[in-house]
Amino acid sequence: MKPASFKYYAPRSVDEAAALLGDLAADDGRILAGGQSLLPSMAFRMAKPAHLIDINRIATLANIDLEKDIVRIGACVRHAAFESPERVPGPTGVLLGKVVRNLAHPPIRARGTFCGSLANADPSSEWLCAAAALDATIIARSRDGERRISSVDFFQGVMTTDLRDTEMIAAVELPLLPADTRSGFVEFSRRRGDFAIGMVLAAFRIEGDRAVDVRIAVGGVEATPRRISEAEAVLTGSAADEETFIAVAETLADVVDPTQDDQHPVEYRRSLIRTLAYRALKSAT
Amino acid sequence: MIETSEITLRINDDDYRVKVESRKTLVDVIREDCGLTGTHIGCEHGVCGACTILLDGEAVRSCLLFAVQAQDHDIRTVESLCVDDKLHPLQESFIRHHALQCGYCTPGFLMLAIGALQKNPDINDADLLELLSSNLCRCTGYKNIFKAVRATADEMRAPPAA
Repeated sequence: MKPASFKYYAPRSVDEAAALLGDLAADDGRILAGGQSLLPSMAFRMAKPAHLIDINRIATLANIDLEKDIVRIGACVRHAAFESPERVPGPTGVLLGKVVRNLAHPPIRARGTFCGSLANADPSSEWLCAAAALDATIIARSRDGERRISSVDFFQGVMTTDLRDTEMIAAVELPLLPADTRSGFVEFSRRRGDFAIGMVLAAFRIEGDRAVDVRIAVGGVEATPRRISEAEAVLTGSAADEETFIAVAETLADVVDPTQDDQHPVEYRRSLIRTLAYRALKSAT
Repeated sequence: MIETSEITLRINDDDYRVKVESRKTLVDVIREDCGLTGTHIGCEHGVCGACTILLDGEAVRSCLLFAVQAQDHDIRTVESLCVDDKLHPLQESFIRHHALQCGYCTPGFLMLAIGALQKNPDINDADLLELLSSNLCRCTGYKNIFKAVRATADEMRAPPAA
């Protein structure tokens, strides 16, 4: 349970980190951010990077920046930042606050990072589901400059992303949702803080008495998180009532293509998603 | 190739100058190189919380940090709680409420709870229960740990006697 040897680097700027990564990626160099997934992997020696580039000393990466209708989350912003409602304004902040309460345990949240979760791309990560629901833009940095990647293109499979070896996530951008957006997030895991077996995030607005701007995303069920357009279509233009919520949940359960493992047959996850979808919609405020 | 470097760790207001391998986790350095064995090692992959310490006031797993990362940070371990041979009120409360049997998880639970109470002395029951689910206790069970922390939180909040 002791990590293998590596050479340690502590750059002070993103330029310096990107240059180091450019030099070392081919020789199994990797970025170390929160380390809450990387260190366990290294303890088990599933990961044995030859070089670790620790970006925790780059002060600017700890920033949450606001623009007109966008929030930019720096690579070293910890999960715990989203527990404070004032860090991200409006419904986006409320939504992230609902999600973070399901995420691991407080000591892990104090170190682990939002961007690191996306880079790790474990399908049971709550932030992946949120990133998909909100159509996040991932800002990848390399020595050659910046590349903006949509969440749809970014998540390619279980723990597989579009990020190149020589690229690090510098930040992730999320939209600031309109002030009257409602959201609900529900997941199921066996124990508090354990890996989720399924999760649903729903967000929408009411115009007149009809639901609009609908976002419904599923995580932990398929290899990658995604918005489910068929389910969004059922809610869009309909009254946000019991009958509609049941119809949306049915559609969602029909449309998802759950991964199967020894403990969770496809039908189990399908049934779980039906329940979670209903609860997420019902709890949306 | 084994890379070592000389680092200074500030633990419980004392500076420890140690020569460590980059791959060495903070908990291993605290125990083996600094000689502070109050912090325990359980699972070594961030699940059990026996190694919980305070890093700049935040309760974190010291098995999920490399010691080289902890330079220039304020580290607090369980040894900081007892001052002049007088136990911390939370330690006294653990004794009073029988919040430990084998005691292996206790240093982690103490630091977890102290980190949270320093940040939020008004922590409610639901949040406290969730907080305590962060760490594993395999013999005492959580009821008495909850009671011990709850009692200390309430004492800390209570207005001084007239």
